[in-house]
Amino acid sequence: MTTTLPRVTDVGASEPKQRGLESKRGFGDRVFDKMTSISGLIVLAMMLAVGLFLAIEANQALVKAGWSFFSTAEWETGRNHFGVSAILLGTVLVAVVAVVVAVPIALGTALFITEVAPTWLRSTLIALVDLMAAVPSVVYGLWGLFLLEGQLISIARWINTWFGWIPIFKVNGADPNDPLSSQTVYSASVFIAGIVVAMMVMPIACVVMRQVFSQVPVGEREGAYALGSTRWGMIRVVALPFARGGIIGGTMLGLGRALGETIAVALILSPRNLITLHILEAGGNTVSSLIATRYSEEQGFGLSALFAAGLVLFGVTLFINFTASWFISRSRSGASSEA
Amino acid sequence: MTSTLFSDRLTMGLTAPPNEMVIDPAGSPTTHEHSAPAATMLPGRPAPLVVPQPRRAIRGLSRNDVLMLGGAAVSSLSTTALIFGRLTPLDGQFGALVVGFLIFVATYGVLVSLTENRPTVVDRVTTVFLAGAALIAIAALFSVVAYTLWRGHDALWRPNTYTKDLSETGPQDGLDKGGISHAVVGTLIIAGLSVLITVPLGVACAVYLNEKRTRAAGFVRTVVTAMTALPSIVAGLLIFATWIVILGFQRSGLAASIAVSIVMLPIIIRASDVVLRLVPGNMREAAAALGAPQWRTVWHVVLPTARSGLMTSVILGVARGVGETAPILLTAGFTASMNVNPFKDPMVTLPLVAFKLVGSPLPAQKARGFAAAAVLMVLVLLLFMLARALGGRPVGQLSKRHARRAAARSIQDLNRMQARHNSAEPRTIPGDGAEPSGVT
Repeated sequence: MTTTLPRVTDVGASEPKQRGLESKRGFGDRVFDKMTSISGLIVLAMMLAVGLFLAIEANQALVKAGWSFFSTAEWETGRNHFGVSAILLGTVLVAVVAVVVAVPIALGTALFITEVAPTWLRSTLIALVDLMAAVPSVVYGLWGLFLLEGQLISIARWINTWFGWIPIFKVNGADPNDPLSSQTVYSASVFIAGIVVAMMVMPIACVVMRQVFSQVPVGEREGAYALGSTRWGMIRVVALPFARGGIIGGTMLGLGRALGETIAVALILSPRNLITLHILEAGGNTVSSLIATRYSEEQGFGLSALFAAGLVLFGVTLFINFTASWFISRSRSGASSEA
Repeated sequence: MTSTLFSDRLTMGLTAPPNEMVIDPAGSPTTHEHSAPAATMLPGRPAPLVVPQPRRAIRGLSRNDVLMLGGAAVSSLSTTALIFGRLTPLDGQFGALVVGFLIFVATYGVLVSLTENRPTVVDRVTTVFLAGAALIAIAALFSVVAYTLWRGHDALWRPNTYTKDLSETGPQDGLDKGGISHAVVGTLIIAGLSVLITVPLGVACAVYLNEKRTRAAGFVRTVVTAMTALPSIVAGLLIFATWIVILGFQRSGLAASIAVSIVMLPIIIRASDVVLRLVPGNMREAAAALGAPQWRTVWHVVLPTARSGLMTSVILGVARGVGETAPILLTAGFTASMNVNPFKDPMVTLPLVAFKLVGSPLPAQKARGFAAAAVLMVLVLLLFMLARALGGRPVGQLSKRHARRAAARSIQDLNRMQARHNSAEPRTIPGDGAEPSGVT
């Protein structure tokens, strides 16, 4: 019953040569290599040129202003008295208001989409949230300026009346006991601009959070249910801890976007360079709306000063974006959920 | 006695076996002492153990849920109306909404707690909050869309809005004169130019990042990621300073599209990079195993597999670029007349026109500004729907049309191979002819 195999050595006379693992790349592949490498190089050169030029342009103003650039509130480049302290604070305040308002809504919407909504509703909701991210910022700005501001002023007055004793809700020049007092002290404030920016930031944060929630392992999810958990118990014990990195990352991505928002803020906020934490008070300024309003008046050195402000803003957003991607990639859901 | 106990347990949902049914493992010393005979006696199972239960509905709303939600809604509506209409001098629709929602949640919580335990109450109340968050988001979107359309409707339905520009329109002229055609054309030209610059470069760079896993590619990826953080106004300022101030060119459509490209490029590269990374490695390996060179693998396997996702990322990048106002504000200038030459003279886009015109105190100009915003929004909406129609499919899944086409190609290939096989049969290699006889 033994099987005899023909002897292999009889067939071939010459020993096969050992072949290298490297395959020879043909003409097409070499062209392909060149083309893709060149496109990568062009992109790299463009981006480095942007960064380098930004630094060189800003350098002139930064050298001249020195450290006072970070402590001066006024922006008078003619008198060489300018700095970003007020506008940077304004930028951060608008972004923080936006994130504080947007993140609970984004988190709730993301959880509603992944955990609560029936299947037929889910894809519609996803499309609507994506669409919300695609609506141009000028449209949000108009909506905020003409529709939302009138509604929000009464909210601002209410907050000021009851919580005015908390420093950030204080409004100079407002008298809650005087019913006839003008409401304009509450208009054009950081609070209103922040809420409009929140509506732009919300879908961005929501998309990241939704992706992370949809990656929660089915086994853990069903395990929680099998142990008798309610839906909220499952979310609290399984989904939220799993998605922690994505939630933080999505929040920070939204923060980065909020910091750079220009047009909506420029439409709503009335420019005023003052270091203040009173978010309900009229007036304020951000780096990007400063650039949008001042670029045409400035020449030479003034332009360089604007570049310095832009560079500071870029540095802040860069730091926040990299921290966001670090959080996202360190989380259990991993790097596949990068947005 | 026991049977009622069991049935009680069963209705509670516990299915632990009763003690009598536990059999000692054979070979343990205890069984040897008690049961000398070979047969093990099992006590009989009490007969009426299974109590028929009504089938539980595990999804959907029961009548009770509907009644509770409805009752809470009615109660919150009437209480809010009472508070805001009769009891206190409060006003404001926002305040009423917030108070109404809080009363609704409280009433609903109390209603649920009448019949359910604490975890269930917490679950229901948080579910209401989650639904509330989603509702806020959707309401905000609809309010944005509806308000813009409503404010612009006066100008939107007039044909001259789309056919005329503002060059011969005085500030006092009504909506029946002038239009925003120059902005529509400007938007399309600037967006088209930016697409020409960014899409080939962006997709090629994404392919580079995915095919070359070298240190250099990693560096490019880091730089591109960093550039997504560049605020769009800074990109505009950069082109303004270089192209217009230093190089001395005029403000033009080209300058604007370069500025927009700087904003769009990192977005498109990163989105395409993520999509390309999702192409399964085994497809690439299968192509390589069949002897395809790398460029053929990319061209015939990787890119077609990721087609839908690439389309989506490109179109969404374009939608983002179309809506950008800040860089265009600095680089395109402002004009009231039609300009189709992107290399010369200022050119305006829809977002810029909207931004400038709504600042005007004149109602007709304001209405035109809102009309521009509405047209822009419809344009973005169309792009978005195009992206959903073309894409929105996971990587590797074909649309019906593409699947049909692939099947047709496959049948064609089969026919071609069979035809070649049939025609090749007479011309067999000499020496092979002897083989059939050897086998049989």
